[in-house]
Amino acid sequence: MIDSLYEFFSFTDPNVNYVLAGTVLLGISAGALGCFAVLRRRALVGDAVAHAVLPGVCLAFIVVGDKNPFALLLGALIFGWLGIIVMDYIIQNSKISPDASIGMVLSVFFGFGVLLLTFIQSSGNVNQSGLDAFLFGKAASMVPLDVIVFGTLSVLIIICIILTFKELKLVSFDIGYAQAIGYPVKKIEFLIATLMVMTITVGLQAVGVVLMASMLIIPAAAARFWTTSLAYMVIIASVVGAFSGVAGSFVSYLAPAMPTGPWIVLAALSAFLFSFMFAPKKGEIARFIIHQKNKKNVNDENILKTMFLLEEADERKQRGRSIGEILKRRRMYPSTAKKGLNRLVRQNLVEKYAGQPDLYMLTDKGRKRGQRIVRVHRLWELYLTDQVQIAGDHVHDDAESMEHLITPEIEAQLTKVLENPLIDPHKSKIPES
Amino acid sequence: MFELSSTVWILITGSLAAASCALVGSFLLLKKMSMMGDAISHAVLPGIALAFLVTSTRNTLPMLIGAGAFGLLTVYLTEFLSKKDRLKQDASMGLVFTSLFAVGVIIISLFATHVDLDQECVLYGEIAYTPWDRWYWGETYMGPRPVWILGFVFLLNIIFVTGFYKELKVYTFDKELALALGVPVTLIHYMLMGSVSLSTIAAFESVGAILVVALLIVPPATAYLLTQNLKVMIYLAMAIGVASAIGGYYLALLVNGTIAGAIAVVTGMFFTLAFLFSPSEGILLKNKRPALGPLKAQLPEIDAPLIVK
Repeated sequence: MIDSLYEFFSFTDPNVNYVLAGTVLLGISAGALGCFAVLRRRALVGDAVAHAVLPGVCLAFIVVGDKNPFALLLGALIFGWLGIIVMDYIIQNSKISPDASIGMVLSVFFGFGVLLLTFIQSSGNVNQSGLDAFLFGKAASMVPLDVIVFGTLSVLIIICIILTFKELKLVSFDIGYAQAIGYPVKKIEFLIATLMVMTITVGLQAVGVVLMASMLIIPAAAARFWTTSLAYMVIIASVVGAFSGVAGSFVSYLAPAMPTGPWIVLAALSAFLFSFMFAPKKGEIARFIIHQKNKKNVNDENILKTMFLLEEADERKQRGRSIGEILKRRRMYPSTAKKGLNRLVRQNLVEKYAGQPDLYMLTDKGRKRGQRIVRVHRLWELYLTDQVQIAGDHVHDDAESMEHLITPEIEAQLTKVLENPLIDPHKSKIPES
Repeated sequence: MFELSSTVWILITGSLAAASCALVGSFLLLKKMSMMGDAISHAVLPGIALAFLVTSTRNTLPMLIGAGAFGLLTVYLTEFLSKKDRLKQDASMGLVFTSLFAVGVIIISLFATHVDLDQECVLYGEIAYTPWDRWYWGETYMGPRPVWILGFVFLLNIIFVTGFYKELKVYTFDKELALALGVPVTLIHYMLMGSVSLSTIAAFESVGAILVVALLIVPPATAYLLTQNLKVMIYLAMAIGVASAIGGYYLALLVNGTIAGAIAVVTGMFFTLAFLFSPSEGILLKNKRPALGPLKAQLPEIDAPLIVK
């Protein structure tokens, strides 16, 4: 294993190098372009285009009579393009929804292609064998010419993306706005579509018709977890695409009987799953941690608020409150309350009363926090009844969640809008800030 | 009684597949979930491969079960990923089905020596071979096996759609209303997806994954352009599907090509006709209708308060 790893990365075997270079270049182009497809909710258009090029390949073969790669590519490009045009035309001129339009172009074009393919096969032209490489992909038999084509294409795509980045960005996020301020939206869409058709056409021969869509979708989907910036997303997706190319070629180097395409997809999938779990902020684990932290925060704030309300009710600050007293006022698990109180003691917001183990009292700092929560709660209730015209008995639950979210800025605005009120809708006093 | 000519059997197989797909495809189309058929028809590959490995026969029942399980898994995973709101539904669908397809291809190539199965047969299928897939009940010849499987699935679909027609209708057009009326929306959803999976699997063994997609989407879309009544749309879609199956058979004979591909082409022709000439939606006739009156007159009077207290 280690030996083959070493051999693989010593780049001594030219055949391996062609496969590696081809798949990496494909991964980069498809990954970068895929971002725009995914963001524009056109992820499955790639799937349809990959299927739609088949009749073009077959017709080119029928016209030229042999497997001239440039003729086949040209045929594929034309039909990939035609597919996109038909798709858009149907969407714009009928009530058919985009997904159905995509599916129709995919299946009818492909059906036509298969019909032509079988027609060619039954016509007995000996040159036809191998035409179906366009369908199932043959990354392992990549030749220098393929690498040159892939390389040229990747460079072209990267240059196009860099030069038109601002336009691409606007079209991806807000096409209506782009149109309104006079961007050449049609031209930009034409550019994206052309680049996509080109990538798909050459990529098909490496990974096959079904898996081509995943080369566009999965790296972009993985990149989405790491960043909110489009530029970084494009870069990360290209890296994921390149990584998938390396990993896929390595597996097919270890086991030559294995098809390369599916392994490229599985490598991309593992990158996606890794991002899904471990990405900071958006990954599952990070989200779980943030969620737990928020839950603790809300819980602690509720305890502070409850203790403040108890003080408000009996107007006695220097008095120890037992957990039982707190629970009587607000329902929660005794264990949660206990844990929360311990945390609050550590943060110096609550102190033990006169050294007794089970009696607690707010510190000045804690009282201020509790008071603020009660204040924004009552401000929000008043805002809902006064300004939004919601009945007074409907506002409490909403305020229960809003009290943890209202920032000092919103609090200041509420105070201003409500003209520094003193009494809430339930006739309770709104404490000072 | 079951010794019919192979032409008749092929036409029956194609028609059953077309009718089954059109029936459930109509609801998919209206739910804007047409691509789910494409996703399911590819994602079942690992299910079929695993069923084949476990039982080491090309027995239909284990394959149907394996494929059905992976069909529902596709639906579930797609929804799981898109519910998390970090991926759009189309992207998560594409991610799920291509990954599962890749797993299927890998399983097949790992055990290639003893699996008589390849991705070509899943993608193409060949309806022309159905008459030779003979099924015997004891000693009696009962007709081709695919006809029975497709017939059974078609029957299941009819029972499902007629039995739950009202629920399906409200679920399709107004999910919120369905929820408010207490319709078990999730159950109906998964039953519909189960029907799609079953139809897909039963059909693609004989006609191939891509033709399944064509049969699921194109006839319902054609019917959708011709009527505004759900029942009429379903009947029309089934009729168009069957007509495409029959027309496709003769087109294939004419050019000496595959029947599955030809059927897909004929569905496309029907759609093109409806797209051009439909009395209400066709682009050629739509523009010739007299211009509508001023927009104002058409707005319904709204007397309900905008804010509900």
